[in-house]
Amino acid sequence: MRQIEAGAITRAVKEAAIAANYELGEDLLAALARGEQEEESPAGREIFRQLLENARIASRERVPLCQDCGLTVIFAEVGQETRIVGGGFEQAVQEGVRQGYGEGYLRKSLCHPLTRQNTGDNTPAVIHTEIIPGDRLKLTVVPKGGGSENMSRLFMLKPAQGWAGIKESVVTTVKEAGPNPCPPIIVGVGIGGTFERAALLAKKSLLRELGAPNPDPQLAALEKELLDAVNKLGIGPQGLGGRITALGVHLLMQPCHIASLPVAVNIQCHASRHKEIEL
Amino acid sequence: MSKEVELTPPLSDADVMALEIGDRVLISGVLYTARDAAHKRLIDMLVAGQKLPVDLKGQILYYVGPSPARPGRVIGAAGPTTSYRMDSYTPTLLALGLKAMIGKGKRSPEVIAALQQYKAVYLAATGGAGALIAKCVKRAEVVAFPELGPEAVHRLEVENLPAIVVNDCQGRDLYDEGVRQYAVPG
Repeated sequence: MRQIEAGAITRAVKEAAIAANYELGEDLLAALARGEQEEESPAGREIFRQLLENARIASRERVPLCQDCGLTVIFAEVGQETRIVGGGFEQAVQEGVRQGYGEGYLRKSLCHPLTRQNTGDNTPAVIHTEIIPGDRLKLTVVPKGGGSENMSRLFMLKPAQGWAGIKESVVTTVKEAGPNPCPPIIVGVGIGGTFERAALLAKKSLLRELGAPNPDPQLAALEKELLDAVNKLGIGPQGLGGRITALGVHLLMQPCHIASLPVAVNIQCHASRHKEIEL
Repeated sequence: MSKEVELTPPLSDADVMALEIGDRVLISGVLYTARDAAHKRLIDMLVAGQKLPVDLKGQILYYVGPSPARPGRVIGAAGPTTSYRMDSYTPTLLALGLKAMIGKGKRSPEVIAALQQYKAVYLAATGGAGALIAKCVKRAEVVAFPELGPEAVHRLEVENLPAIVVNDCQGRDLYDEGVRQYAVPG
Protein backbone atom coordinates (compact mmCIF):
# COMPACT_ATOMS: atom_id res chain seq x y z
CA MET A 1 0.00 0.00 0.00
CA ARG A 2 1.27 3.45 -0.88
CA GLN A 3 0.61 6.04 1.81
CA ILE A 4 -0.56 9.52 0.93
CA GLU A 5 -0.68 12.24 3.57
CA ALA A 6 -3.99 14.06 3.88
CA GLY A 7 -1.97 17.29 4.15
CA ALA A 8 -0.49 16.67 0.69
CA ILE A 9 -4.02 16.39 -0.72
CA THR A 10 -4.98 19.69 0.92
CA ARG A 11 -1.92 21.46 -0.51
CA ALA A 12 -2.51 20.04 -3.98
CA VAL A 13 -6.19 21.07 -4.05
CA LYS A 14 -5.34 24.56 -2.78
CA GLU A 15 -2.72 25.15 -5.46
CA ALA A 16 -4.89 23.68 -8.21
CA ALA A 17 -7.87 25.84 -7.24
CA ILE A 18 -5.74 28.98 -7.42
CA ALA A 19 -3.98 28.01 -10.65
CA ALA A 20 -7.25 27.03 -12.36
CA ASN A 21 -8.69 30.47 -11.64
CA TYR A 22 -5.66 32.45 -12.87
CA GLU A 23 -4.45 30.44 -15.85
CA LEU A 24 -6.52 29.48 -18.86
CA GLY A 25 -5.38 26.18 -20.45
CA GLU A 26 -3.35 26.15 -23.67
CA ASP A 27 -6.22 24.40 -25.45
CA LEU A 28 -8.61 27.26 -24.61
CA LEU A 29 -6.06 29.93 -25.53
CA ALA A 30 -5.54 28.26 -28.91
CA ALA A 31 -9.29 28.05 -29.52
CA LEU A 32 -9.79 31.74 -28.65
CA ALA A 33 -6.89 32.77 -30.93
CA ARG A 34 -8.41 30.74 -33.77
CA GLY A 35 -11.78 32.35 -33.07
CA GLU A 36 -10.28 35.82 -33.38
CA GLN A 37 -9.05 34.85 -36.85
CA GLU A 38 -12.12 32.96 -38.06
CA GLU A 39 -15.17 34.77 -36.63
CA GLU A 40 -16.96 36.75 -39.36
CA SER A 41 -18.75 39.19 -37.07
CA PRO A 42 -16.63 42.26 -36.21
CA ALA A 43 -18.24 42.49 -32.74
CA GLY A 44 -17.47 38.80 -32.26
CA ARG A 45 -13.81 39.24 -33.22
CA GLU A 46 -13.56 42.08 -30.70
CA ILE A 47 -14.92 39.73 -28.00
CA PHE A 48 -12.25 37.12 -28.81
CA ARG A 49 -9.60 39.87 -28.64
CA GLN A 50 -10.86 40.96 -25.20
CA LEU A 51 -10.92 37.39 -23.90
CA LEU A 52 -7.32 36.79 -24.98
CA GLU A 53 -6.25 40.06 -23.35
CA ASN A 54 -8.21 39.11 -20.23
CA ALA A 55 -6.32 35.79 -20.02
CA ARG A 56 -2.98 37.58 -20.34
CA ILE A 57 -3.84 40.07 -17.58
CA ALA A 58 -5.15 37.33 -15.26
CA SER A 59 -1.99 35.27 -15.65
CA ARG A 60 0.41 38.21 -15.36
CA GLU A 61 -1.27 40.01 -12.46
CA ARG A 62 -2.56 36.96 -10.56
CA VAL A 63 -6.18 38.06 -10.79
CA PRO A 64 -9.00 35.57 -11.41
CA LEU A 65 -10.01 35.24 -15.08
CA CYS A 66 -13.61 35.78 -13.99
CA GLN A 67 -15.06 37.18 -10.75
CA ASP A 68 -17.21 34.04 -10.64
CA CYS A 69 -14.56 31.69 -9.29
CA GLY A 70 -17.16 28.97 -9.33
CA LEU A 71 -18.53 26.22 -7.21
CA THR A 72 -15.54 23.88 -6.97
CA VAL A 73 -16.22 20.49 -8.50
CA ILE A 74 -13.55 17.87 -7.85
CA PHE A 75 -13.13 14.65 -9.78
CA ALA A 76 -10.99 12.24 -7.78
CA GLU A 77 -9.55 8.99 -9.06
CA VAL A 78 -8.25 7.06 -6.08
CA GLY A 79 -5.98 4.08 -6.71
CA GLN A 80 -7.15 1.10 -4.66
CA GLU A 81 -3.58 0.46 -3.53
CA THR A 82 -3.30 3.82 -1.77
CA ARG A 83 -3.93 4.52 1.87
CA ILE A 84 -4.69 8.04 3.01
CA VAL A 85 -3.14 8.81 6.38
CA GLY A 86 -3.26 11.73 8.80
CA GLY A 87 -6.89 12.70 8.14
CA GLY A 88 -9.99 11.98 6.10
CA PHE A 89 -9.94 12.28 2.31
CA GLU A 90 -13.04 14.46 1.96
CA GLN A 91 -12.01 16.75 4.82
CA ALA A 92 -8.57 17.14 3.22
CA VAL A 93 -10.14 18.16 -0.11
CA GLN A 94 -12.55 20.62 1.51
CA GLU A 95 -9.71 22.16 3.50
CA GLY A 96 -7.75 22.62 0.25
CA VAL A 97 -10.70 24.48 -1.28
CA ARG A 98 -11.09 26.62 1.84
CA GLN A 99 -7.39 27.58 1.84
CA GLY A 100 -7.20 28.11 -1.93
CA TYR A 101 -10.21 30.42 -2.05
CA GLY A 102 -8.89 32.38 0.94
CA GLU A 103 -5.22 32.70 0.02
CA GLY A 104 -5.90 33.11 -3.69
CA TYR A 105 -8.33 36.03 -3.24
CA LEU A 106 -10.99 34.00 -5.05
CA ARG A 107 -14.66 34.86 -4.72
CA LYS A 108 -16.68 32.74 -2.31
CA SER A 109 -19.84 31.96 -4.23
CA LEU A 110 -21.69 29.35 -2.17
CA CYS A 111 -24.73 30.04 -0.02
CA HIS A 112 -27.58 28.36 1.85
CA PRO A 113 -30.24 27.63 -0.80
CA LEU A 114 -33.07 29.19 1.22
CA THR A 115 -31.58 31.89 3.45
CA ARG A 116 -28.94 32.73 0.77
CA GLN A 117 -26.38 33.16 3.59
CA ASN A 118 -22.86 32.80 2.11
CA THR A 119 -20.92 29.84 3.56
CA GLY A 120 -17.90 32.15 3.66
CA ASP A 121 -15.19 29.83 2.32
CA ASN A 122 -16.59 28.34 -0.90
CA THR A 123 -17.17 24.96 0.71
CA PRO A 124 -18.63 22.43 0.46
CA ALA A 125 -17.08 21.50 -2.87
CA VAL A 126 -18.85 18.81 -4.89
CA ILE A 127 -16.59 15.74 -4.96
CA HIS A 128 -16.98 12.81 -7.36
CA THR A 129 -14.77 9.90 -6.35
CA GLU A 130 -13.90 6.84 -8.42
CA ILE A 131 -11.82 3.90 -7.20
CA ILE A 132 -9.34 2.80 -9.87
CA PRO A 133 -6.58 0.15 -10.06
CA GLY A 134 -3.05 1.12 -9.03
CA ASP A 135 -1.48 3.34 -6.39
CA ARG A 136 -1.93 6.84 -7.81
CA LEU A 137 -4.36 9.53 -6.74
CA LYS A 138 -5.51 11.91 -9.45
CA LEU A 139 -7.52 15.05 -8.70
CA THR A 140 -9.12 17.35 -11.25
CA VAL A 141 -10.24 20.68 -9.81
CA VAL A 142 -13.02 22.33 -11.81
CA PRO A 143 -14.32 25.76 -10.72
CA LYS A 144 -17.78 25.84 -12.36
CA GLY A 145 -19.46 29.18 -12.94
CA GLY A 146 -23.11 29.71 -12.06
CA GLY A 147 -24.17 31.49 -15.25
CA SER A 148 -23.43 28.57 -17.54
CA GLU A 149 -24.54 25.95 -15.02
CA ASN A 150 -27.96 27.66 -14.84
CA MET A 151 -28.45 27.14 -18.59
CA SER A 152 -27.84 23.37 -18.39
CA ARG A 153 -30.68 20.88 -18.80
CA LEU A 154 -31.65 17.25 -18.39
CA PHE A 155 -34.07 15.43 -20.71
CA MET A 156 -35.63 12.01 -20.11
CA LEU A 157 -36.44 11.20 -23.75
CA LYS A 158 -38.50 8.32 -25.10
CA PRO A 159 -36.33 5.70 -26.84
CA ALA A 160 -38.37 6.35 -30.04
CA GLN A 161 -36.99 9.90 -30.17
CA GLY A 162 -33.51 8.49 -30.84
CA TRP A 163 -30.66 10.58 -32.26
CA ALA A 164 -33.05 13.19 -33.69
CA GLY A 165 -34.44 13.78 -30.20
CA ILE A 166 -30.95 14.02 -28.71
CA LYS A 167 -29.89 16.53 -31.34
CA GLU A 168 -33.02 18.62 -30.82
CA SER A 169 -32.42 18.60 -27.05
CA VAL A 170 -28.87 19.91 -27.46
CA VAL A 171 -29.78 22.57 -30.03
CA THR A 172 -32.79 23.74 -28.01
CA THR A 173 -30.71 24.04 -24.84
CA VAL A 174 -28.08 26.18 -26.56
CA LYS A 175 -30.68 28.28 -28.38
CA GLU A 176 -32.70 29.04 -25.25
CA ALA A 177 -29.50 29.84 -23.34
CA GLY A 178 -28.64 32.44 -25.99
CA PRO A 179 -26.24 35.07 -24.62
CA ASN A 180 -26.69 34.08 -20.96
CA PRO A 181 -23.96 31.45 -20.43
CA CYS A 182 -21.13 33.63 -21.87
CA PRO A 183 -20.65 32.19 -25.36
CA PRO A 184 -18.47 31.01 -27.01
CA ILE A 185 -19.37 27.94 -24.98
CA ILE A 186 -18.34 24.32 -24.75
CA VAL A 187 -21.28 21.90 -24.73
CA GLY A 188 -20.96 18.76 -22.62
CA VAL A 189 -23.48 16.06 -23.49
CA GLY A 190 -24.09 12.91 -21.45
CA ILE A 191 -26.22 10.22 -23.07
CA GLY A 192 -27.51 7.13 -21.28
CA GLY A 193 -27.08 5.76 -17.78
CA THR A 194 -29.67 7.01 -15.32
CA PHE A 195 -31.09 10.43 -14.43
CA GLU A 196 -28.03 11.37 -12.35
CA ARG A 197 -25.45 9.49 -14.42
CA ALA A 198 -26.33 11.36 -17.61
CA ALA A 199 -25.64 14.65 -15.81
CA LEU A 200 -22.34 13.37 -14.47
CA LEU A 201 -21.29 12.15 -17.93
CA ALA A 202 -22.10 15.58 -19.37
CA LYS A 203 -19.96 17.33 -16.77
CA LYS A 204 -17.13 14.82 -17.11
CA SER A 205 -17.06 15.22 -20.89
CA LEU A 206 -16.05 18.87 -20.38
CA LEU A 207 -12.71 17.74 -18.90
CA ARG A 208 -11.45 16.48 -22.27
CA GLU A 209 -8.86 18.68 -23.95
CA LEU A 210 -10.63 21.14 -26.25
CA GLY A 211 -9.94 20.28 -29.89
CA ALA A 212 -8.78 16.73 -29.13
CA PRO A 213 -10.97 14.27 -31.04
CA ASN A 214 -13.28 11.91 -29.19
CA PRO A 215 -11.42 8.55 -29.04
CA ASP A 216 -14.59 6.82 -30.28
CA PRO A 217 -14.88 7.59 -34.04
CA GLN A 218 -18.68 7.19 -33.99
CA LEU A 219 -19.02 9.73 -31.17
CA ALA A 220 -16.49 12.01 -32.89
CA ALA A 221 -18.76 12.14 -35.96
CA LEU A 222 -21.82 12.85 -33.81
CA GLU A 223 -19.94 15.62 -31.98
CA LYS A 224 -19.16 17.28 -35.30
CA GLU A 225 -22.79 17.06 -36.38
CA LEU A 226 -23.90 18.71 -33.11
CA LEU A 227 -21.23 21.42 -33.32
CA ASP A 228 -22.29 22.33 -36.86
CA ALA A 229 -25.96 22.46 -35.80
CA VAL A 230 -25.22 24.64 -32.77
CA ASN A 231 -23.06 27.05 -34.74
CA LYS A 232 -25.84 27.52 -37.32
CA LEU A 233 -27.88 29.23 -34.59
CA GLY A 234 -25.95 32.48 -35.18
CA ILE A 235 -25.71 33.33 -31.46
CA GLY A 236 -21.99 34.05 -31.69
CA PRO A 237 -19.56 35.42 -29.08
CA GLN A 238 -21.49 36.92 -26.13
CA GLY A 239 -24.72 36.40 -28.10
CA LEU A 240 -24.16 39.49 -30.24
CA GLY A 241 -24.50 37.44 -33.44
CA GLY A 242 -21.77 35.45 -35.15
CA ARG A 243 -20.58 32.13 -36.52
CA ILE A 244 -18.85 30.78 -33.41
CA THR A 245 -21.38 30.00 -30.69
CA ALA A 246 -19.58 26.89 -29.42
CA LEU A 247 -15.88 26.06 -29.44
CA GLY A 248 -16.64 22.38 -29.09
CA VAL A 249 -19.24 19.72 -28.28
CA HIS A 250 -18.12 16.79 -26.14
CA LEU A 251 -20.07 13.52 -25.84
CA LEU A 252 -19.91 10.71 -23.31
CA MET A 253 -22.28 7.78 -23.61
CA GLN A 254 -23.11 4.61 -21.72
CA PRO A 255 -25.91 2.01 -21.87
CA CYS A 256 -29.29 2.93 -20.38
CA HIS A 257 -32.52 1.13 -19.38
CA ILE A 258 -34.60 -0.32 -22.26
CA ALA A 259 -37.38 2.13 -21.29
CA SER A 260 -35.16 5.23 -21.16
CA LEU A 261 -33.04 7.67 -23.11
CA PRO A 262 -31.55 10.16 -20.62
CA VAL A 263 -29.75 13.16 -22.17
CA ALA A 264 -27.97 15.82 -20.12
CA VAL A 265 -26.58 19.03 -21.58
CA ASN A 266 -24.04 20.80 -19.37
CA ILE A 267 -23.06 24.20 -20.70
CA GLN A 268 -19.57 25.51 -20.01
CA CYS A 269 -18.64 29.16 -20.55
CA HIS A 270 -15.48 30.12 -22.45
CA ALA A 271 -13.59 30.30 -19.13
CA SER A 272 -13.34 26.50 -19.04
CA ARG A 273 -11.14 26.10 -16.00
CA HIS A 274 -9.79 22.77 -14.86
CA LYS A 275 -6.50 21.74 -13.32
CA GLU A 276 -5.27 18.17 -12.93
CA ILE A 277 -2.85 16.98 -10.30
CA GLU A 278 -1.48 13.54 -9.59
CA LEU A 279 -0.12 12.42 -6.24
CA MET B 1 -24.56 52.89 -38.10
CA SER B 2 -23.35 52.19 -34.59
CA LYS B 3 -21.26 54.89 -32.96
CA GLU B 4 -18.91 55.28 -30.01
CA VAL B 5 -20.23 57.39 -27.12
CA GLU B 6 -18.65 58.51 -23.85
CA LEU B 7 -21.05 58.38 -20.91
CA THR B 8 -20.67 59.96 -17.49
CA PRO B 9 -23.52 59.66 -14.97
CA PRO B 10 -25.79 61.22 -13.89
CA LEU B 11 -27.53 60.60 -17.23
CA SER B 12 -30.45 62.61 -18.58
CA ASP B 13 -33.35 61.43 -20.76
CA ALA B 14 -31.59 63.06 -23.71
CA ASP B 15 -28.34 61.17 -22.99
CA VAL B 16 -30.00 57.78 -23.15
CA MET B 17 -32.41 58.63 -25.99
CA ALA B 18 -29.38 59.37 -28.19
CA LEU B 19 -28.22 55.77 -27.81
CA GLU B 20 -29.09 52.98 -30.23
CA ILE B 21 -28.47 49.25 -30.13
CA GLY B 22 -24.95 48.35 -31.23
CA ASP B 23 -23.47 51.65 -30.02
CA ARG B 24 -20.22 51.15 -28.12
CA VAL B 25 -20.10 53.17 -24.92
CA LEU B 26 -17.16 54.06 -22.70
CA ILE B 27 -18.32 54.85 -19.18
CA SER B 28 -16.41 57.08 -16.79
CA GLY B 29 -17.38 58.28 -13.33
CA VAL B 30 -19.46 56.61 -10.63
CA LEU B 31 -21.30 53.29 -10.91
CA TYR B 32 -23.20 51.43 -8.21
CA THR B 33 -23.09 47.63 -8.07
CA ALA B 34 -25.98 45.35 -7.17
CA ARG B 35 -26.79 41.73 -7.93
CA ASP B 36 -29.31 39.18 -6.67
CA ALA B 37 -29.28 39.69 -2.89
CA ALA B 38 -28.82 43.48 -3.03
CA HIS B 39 -31.77 43.82 -5.42
CA LYS B 40 -33.96 41.88 -3.04
CA ARG B 41 -32.88 44.11 -0.14
CA LEU B 42 -33.52 47.31 -2.13
CA ILE B 43 -37.00 46.21 -3.13
CA ASP B 44 -37.80 45.04 0.43
CA MET B 45 -36.79 48.51 1.69
CA LEU B 46 -39.09 50.20 -0.82
CA VAL B 47 -41.97 47.93 0.16
CA ALA B 48 -41.34 48.83 3.80
CA GLY B 49 -41.44 52.52 2.87
CA GLN B 50 -37.76 53.09 3.70
CA LYS B 51 -35.32 55.42 1.92
CA LEU B 52 -32.77 53.59 -0.25
CA PRO B 53 -29.09 53.82 0.74
CA VAL B 54 -28.26 55.29 -2.70
CA ASP B 55 -30.26 57.70 -4.84
CA LEU B 56 -30.62 55.91 -8.18
CA LYS B 57 -31.89 58.95 -10.14
CA GLY B 58 -29.81 59.29 -13.30
CA GLN B 59 -27.46 56.51 -12.19
CA ILE B 60 -26.05 53.32 -13.72
CA LEU B 61 -26.28 49.98 -11.90
CA TYR B 62 -23.60 47.40 -12.65
CA TYR B 63 -24.58 43.76 -12.06
CA VAL B 64 -21.34 42.47 -10.57
CA GLY B 65 -20.10 40.61 -7.53
CA PRO B 66 -16.35 41.29 -7.63
CA SER B 67 -13.73 38.88 -6.33
CA PRO B 68 -11.76 40.15 -3.28
CA ALA B 69 -8.97 42.68 -3.88
CA ARG B 70 -5.42 41.66 -3.09
CA PRO B 71 -3.76 44.06 -0.61
CA GLY B 72 -2.75 47.18 -2.51
CA ARG B 73 -5.25 46.57 -5.30
CA VAL B 74 -8.50 48.42 -5.93
CA ILE B 75 -10.63 45.37 -6.73
CA GLY B 76 -10.38 41.74 -7.85
CA ALA B 77 -11.97 40.50 -11.07
CA ALA B 78 -15.11 42.51 -11.89
CA GLY B 79 -17.01 41.31 -14.94
CA PRO B 80 -20.80 41.34 -15.39
CA THR B 81 -23.17 38.66 -14.10
CA THR B 82 -26.24 37.36 -15.98
CA SER B 83 -29.01 39.98 -15.89
CA TYR B 84 -32.29 38.04 -16.19
CA ARG B 85 -32.20 37.21 -12.48
CA MET B 86 -32.74 40.92 -11.76
CA ASP B 87 -35.65 41.27 -14.23
CA SER B 88 -38.46 41.06 -11.68
CA TYR B 89 -36.94 43.95 -9.66
CA THR B 90 -35.89 46.19 -12.56
CA PRO B 91 -39.09 48.08 -13.55
CA THR B 92 -39.46 49.33 -9.95
CA LEU B 93 -35.92 50.72 -9.99
CA LEU B 94 -36.41 52.30 -13.43
CA ALA B 95 -39.48 54.08 -12.04
CA LEU B 96 -37.14 55.69 -9.48
CA GLY B 97 -35.08 57.24 -12.28
CA LEU B 98 -32.38 54.58 -12.84
CA LYS B 99 -31.07 55.31 -16.35
CA ALA B 100 -28.90 52.33 -17.29
CA MET B 101 -27.84 48.87 -16.24
CA ILE B 102 -24.71 46.94 -17.19
CA GLY B 103 -24.88 43.16 -17.26
CA LYS B 104 -24.86 40.33 -19.75
CA GLY B 105 -27.61 38.23 -21.30
CA LYS B 106 -31.22 38.74 -22.29
CA ARG B 107 -33.82 40.87 -20.50
CA SER B 108 -37.53 40.07 -20.17
CA PRO B 109 -40.23 41.71 -22.33
CA GLU B 110 -41.36 43.57 -19.18
CA VAL B 111 -37.90 45.11 -18.71
CA ILE B 112 -37.65 46.03 -22.40
CA ALA B 113 -41.06 47.75 -22.18
CA ALA B 114 -40.03 49.55 -18.98
CA LEU B 115 -36.89 50.86 -20.73
CA GLN B 116 -39.17 52.51 -23.31
CA GLN B 117 -41.60 53.82 -20.69
CA TYR B 118 -38.98 55.33 -18.34
CA LYS B 119 -36.32 56.22 -20.97
CA ALA B 120 -33.41 54.02 -20.00
CA VAL B 121 -30.98 51.58 -21.63
CA TYR B 122 -29.50 48.15 -21.00
CA LEU B 123 -25.80 47.72 -21.70
CA ALA B 124 -23.73 44.54 -21.96
CA ALA B 125 -20.11 44.24 -20.87
CA THR B 126 -18.05 41.21 -21.86
CA GLY B 127 -18.91 38.27 -19.61
CA GLY B 128 -15.83 36.44 -18.41
CA ALA B 129 -13.50 39.39 -18.97
CA GLY B 130 -13.30 40.13 -15.23
CA ALA B 131 -9.55 40.77 -15.10
CA LEU B 132 -9.69 43.12 -18.09
CA ILE B 133 -12.69 45.13 -16.86
CA ALA B 134 -11.12 45.46 -13.39
CA LYS B 135 -8.40 47.61 -15.00
CA CYS B 136 -11.06 50.31 -15.57
CA VAL B 137 -11.95 50.47 -11.86
CA LYS B 138 -10.00 53.22 -10.10
CA ARG B 139 -11.76 53.25 -6.71
CA ALA B 140 -14.13 50.90 -4.94
CA GLU B 141 -15.95 51.14 -1.62
CA VAL B 142 -18.89 49.34 -0.05
CA VAL B 143 -21.80 51.75 0.52
CA ALA B 144 -24.58 49.39 1.63
CA PHE B 145 -25.23 45.86 2.93
CA PRO B 146 -21.58 44.98 3.80
CA GLU B 147 -22.84 41.72 5.32
CA LEU B 148 -23.62 40.48 1.79
CA GLY B 149 -19.88 40.16 1.00
CA PRO B 150 -19.42 40.05 -2.79
CA GLU B 151 -23.11 40.94 -3.14
CA ALA B 152 -22.82 44.21 -1.17
CA VAL B 153 -23.59 47.48 -2.97
CA HIS B 154 -20.27 49.03 -4.02
CA ARG B 155 -19.61 52.51 -5.31
CA LEU B 156 -17.10 52.20 -8.14
CA GLU B 157 -15.20 54.97 -9.87
CA VAL B 158 -14.39 53.82 -13.38
CA GLU B 159 -12.55 55.13 -16.43
CA ASN B 160 -13.54 54.13 -19.94
CA LEU B 161 -15.37 50.96 -18.99
CA PRO B 162 -16.43 49.45 -22.35
CA ALA B 163 -19.96 48.20 -22.98
CA ILE B 164 -22.38 47.85 -25.87
CA VAL B 165 -26.01 49.01 -26.09
CA VAL B 166 -28.23 45.89 -26.21
CA ASN B 167 -31.68 47.37 -25.46
CA ASP B 168 -32.41 51.00 -26.28
CA CYS B 169 -35.39 53.31 -25.58
CA GLN B 170 -37.01 52.27 -28.87
CA GLY B 171 -37.63 48.71 -27.72
CA ARG B 172 -34.96 47.22 -29.98
CA ASP B 173 -32.87 44.21 -28.95
CA LEU B 174 -29.34 43.69 -30.27
CA TYR B 175 -29.37 40.04 -29.22
CA ASP B 176 -32.38 39.37 -31.51
CA GLU B 177 -31.16 41.48 -34.41
CA GLY B 178 -27.53 40.33 -34.23
CA VAL B 179 -28.42 36.65 -34.14
CA ARG B 180 -30.89 37.01 -37.04
CA GLN B 181 -28.07 38.38 -39.16
CA TYR B 182 -25.91 35.26 -38.67
CA ALA B 183 -28.41 32.42 -38.20
CA VAL B 184 -28.24 29.76 -40.93
CA PRO B 185 -31.64 28.22 -41.76
CA GLY B 186 -32.07 24.45 -41.40
